[in-house]
Amino acid sequence: MGGIDMNFKALFQQESTRRKAMAQGYVVAESSRCVQCGICSYNCPLSIDVRRHAWMGVPVKDSHCLTCGECVARCPRGVLSFENTNLFQVERPIPGERR
Amino acid sequence: MRRYVLIGGGVASIAALEAIRQVDSAGDVLLIGDESHGYYSRPGLAFYLTGELPEAYLFPMKNQDYLRLNVRRVRAKAVRIHPGEHTVQLQDGRLVPYDRLLVAVGAEAQMAKVPGIELDGVIKLDSLDDARTILQKARRGRTAVVVGGGITALEIVEGLVARRVRTHYFLRGERYWSNVLDETEARIVEERLREEGVKIHYHTELEAILGKGGSVTGVRTKDGTVIPCDLVGVAIGIRPRLELAQASGIQVERGVQVSETLQTNVEDVFAAGDIAQVYDPHTGKSVLDSLWGPAREQGYAAGSNMAGFTTAYRKPVAFNVTRLANLTTTIIGTVGHGEDSDVTGIVRGDSETWRQLPDAIAAQADFDINRLRLLVGVNTLLGAIVMGDQTLSRPLQHLITQGADITPIRQRLLQPGAALVDVVADFWTAWRGKVAVPA
Repeated sequence: MGGIDMNFKALFQQESTRRKAMAQGYVVAESSRCVQCGICSYNCPLSIDVRRHAWMGVPVKDSHCLTCGECVARCPRGVLSFENTNLFQVERPIPGERR
Repeated sequence: MRRYVLIGGGVASIAALEAIRQVDSAGDVLLIGDESHGYYSRPGLAFYLTGELPEAYLFPMKNQDYLRLNVRRVRAKAVRIHPGEHTVQLQDGRLVPYDRLLVAVGAEAQMAKVPGIELDGVIKLDSLDDARTILQKARRGRTAVVVGGGITALEIVEGLVARRVRTHYFLRGERYWSNVLDETEARIVEERLREEGVKIHYHTELEAILGKGGSVTGVRTKDGTVIPCDLVGVAIGIRPRLELAQASGIQVERGVQVSETLQTNVEDVFAAGDIAQVYDPHTGKSVLDSLWGPAREQGYAAGSNMAGFTTAYRKPVAFNVTRLANLTTTIIGTVGHGEDSDVTGIVRGDSETWRQLPDAIAAQADFDINRLRLLVGVNTLLGAIVMGDQTLSRPLQHLITQGADITPIRQRLLQPGAALVDVVADFWTAWRGKVAVPA
């Protein structure tokens, strides 16, 4: 039984981490890797034009974004990633990187 | 009011347009392109062919974007520039005046010089029209032969396989993309192609395309073998479209030679994208590439300069992420050398820089289909290939682009059996923290 309890605990911990990321994160883009193929926009379940954000190098701050991760997972060039945008965390950009 | 003319409808022109509008909101901008579809994502064609992307999604710009950017668009072919008069002559004879001009007409596929190349059923992958043709002709039960190399040949192969076309792939030598990939990487790609059902023919050269009634019926190889087929895909390389520049007194070598500010030798005429031959500070040579990122950056810098905001373009380390036989692959910096007998010059998504490898030691790690190869210089990384798992793609791009001093890990990287992934990942974490400037 102890083993099962541990598994449940781990499961809830994972879920909590995921929800935290969803609540505090945005999808961000590294514009220089984008070739505007459109896979991200096509796979967005809410039809957000993710490609436009990627091209401009701006985070997907659309209030409809579910941070479901479809665009992040499907982008064939690793343009997109989740970033924790917790206001209390100091962001440290990579020098020379265009955001 | 300054008059800008942008010749070419690709990413370099679009980026130039955006840059011009950052500086000059009032100037008159005319975009001249000879493709009927306007601006679309050329790299997206690979996904359109495999059925992963509908055609409508290839177009990043909507009508309101063109309105916002206040640009006039005309479908025409420019045939000559008259620098003295500052006019561009179109094929129909019209003369268009300009104050600043951008030549960004890109590159086009070279076709094999073999009998039968003009037959119906010979396909290439240069444009959206070519992709449409492939889709129209590729039907289940048909057979295709593909010749050539690099990314484009595999895009055609993958597109055909996705449409259930029996596909033969001819290689002149003993492996795929021999001047960029090493033998292990080439074998990984070839093995995956075979798993998809592609029949690879090594040491095989196309001698003639056979036809009947104007359509392809088969091919004959140099050793006399005849393979019946309905389609022949050709991806043996591209070459910059130099006719306009040559007819107009613009200095060309393999491409149009440009200065650091993307200016040609002709006053007020700029060039950017696949047509431009640009000095590469990393190799000390003036090189061609056919990459979306540099074309965009060059277009942007050219546009800024055209609008009077002086911007030097510094060629970044050549970089691409592509799919080879459905395996995501990142290529950064210099990774290979020599010639590839399947390709003349470069192909799309390619850079001459990748094959100008100076003295370097290769460190490599393999795990199943994942592979990491690092080209280790004296105190920096000169290049890398990341196949499969892409965790290190972005870190390596930054470490190589910015010439990170790898002295602390160099010995560990070169130890036989080194845990390269861990060593690089730890170094990246430390390096990023050290050089980053807090926001």
